[in-house]
Amino acid sequence: MSGWDTFDLAATLVKVVVVVMGLQGLVAAMVWVERRVSAWMQFRYGPNRVGPFGLLQPIADAIKFIFKEEVVPANAHGPTYVLAPCVALVTALTAFAVIPFGPTIEIFGRQVPLVIADVDGGILLALAAGSLGVYAIVMAGWSSRSKYSLMGGLRSSAQMISYELALALSLMGVLLVSGTLRPTEIVEQQAGWFWNWNVFAGGWQLLGFLIFVIASFAETNRLPFDLPEAESELVAGYHTEYSAMKFAMFFMAEYINMTTGSALAVTLFLGGWQLGFPVPWTGWPLWILQLLAFAAKVGSFLFLFVWVRWTLPRFRYDQLMNLGWKGLLPLGLANVVFTALLVLYR
Amino acid sequence: METLAFFVLSVLAVAAALVVLTHRNEVICALGLAFNLVALAGFYFLLGAQFIGLLQLIVYAGAIMVLILFVVMLLNLGEERYPRRRQWIHPWLAPVATLVFAGVLGGVLWQVELEPLPASDPAFGTVEQVGLDLFGRYFYPFEVISLLLIVAMVGAVVMAKRRL
Repeated sequence: MSGWDTFDLAATLVKVVVVVMGLQGLVAAMVWVERRVSAWMQFRYGPNRVGPFGLLQPIADAIKFIFKEEVVPANAHGPTYVLAPCVALVTALTAFAVIPFGPTIEIFGRQVPLVIADVDGGILLALAAGSLGVYAIVMAGWSSRSKYSLMGGLRSSAQMISYELALALSLMGVLLVSGTLRPTEIVEQQAGWFWNWNVFAGGWQLLGFLIFVIASFAETNRLPFDLPEAESELVAGYHTEYSAMKFAMFFMAEYINMTTGSALAVTLFLGGWQLGFPVPWTGWPLWILQLLAFAAKVGSFLFLFVWVRWTLPRFRYDQLMNLGWKGLLPLGLANVVFTALLVLYR
Repeated sequence: METLAFFVLSVLAVAAALVVLTHRNEVICALGLAFNLVALAGFYFLLGAQFIGLLQLIVYAGAIMVLILFVVMLLNLGEERYPRRRQWIHPWLAPVATLVFAGVLGGVLWQVELEPLPASDPAFGTVEQVGLDLFGRYFYPFEVISLLLIVAMVGAVVMAKRRL
């Protein structure tokens, strides 16, 4: 904290506010995208009544969430029931703090890195926030006192513990290549042409990238791994008994987790905010272009999430566990060994 | 700033620990312990041991406590369904032991003159430093511990699966 002055504090506060508000706005946008894209894939129209192309639908949804009556099960365990959605949202937002969403820019002659917390173990912090997110689901499932919620909570804790291992192992390759845990440095190393991105260069992290993507689908409880809330078996899983804004908070947490997962993948494997080709000029035009590059990369990843959700059917529970423990985990280990050898003998 | 953070974390940690001790519901106790572990990670961050703090979050709070919670929820013990033994010595022993411990601690603190610790090296507690220490200075103890963990894991598998 030494060497901090009012400017740094103000800059950090502005960044926090922008990121939090941006993520909330993105959630609203993503809800619209998800519904429109799913409709498009199924030859339907989707929501198209509120505003042009149904663009105001998220606002209508938000108003509905706020004004809905809140139904709390009679036997629910009060404090835990209330805390669960808060934990979900807090852990989801925390993970985004370490992600560099833009280059270091200059404002009033001062250097401002476009990342909230440029810490040494940044990647680990993102993983830690993800692993604490399990508590939200467990708390929600247990405190609702409903068999569907409990089953959903149990399933998700098992699922998230299993896939966290694969997720962490898939990152190991990139960390071995780059030799640092600081996200900003990892992005800096991927400058220049797009074949410098970790997914192409640095010892072929394509396998690690694939494992990371699959595991992050499981970590965010999205189809094809959405067993914690498998509708046909568990009604809505861990948030069956939640309504109104508390349900909306789980909803937001899921979409923010998706965004964080996408942003992590982009940062580690796809060059972060790097353009992918060298440009001659510097200064504001470049910075804005780089910010847009980051947004475009994360956006395409989010589209992939939606695309996969409406394309693939749900896994069975034993298939899910087999894939995690017998498929992804050995592959991840092999990737670590392979990358370590490459790093050692290159 | 650091003092404020210390007191906030202390209050959280002690409150969570009290919940663990006093609550009769196992799931709430486990959640309290998880909360306590997270607060403890905060202390590590305050002391500059950021890697240990992160590991505390990932391993203890994120993995071990989730597994414990998982097992507790699976067992699904009702509130106080287990038989209550007649306790006559236990309720008295705990406060006495606490008082004795507090007395000893207080006595020691009274006698020792506390000096401010020297400021730590900025590299202290970073991933790099911990890694160098683990694979350099403490290489053999580290490997022995990993052997111990493998033995424990194999033992667990053998005990769970009688017929391999």
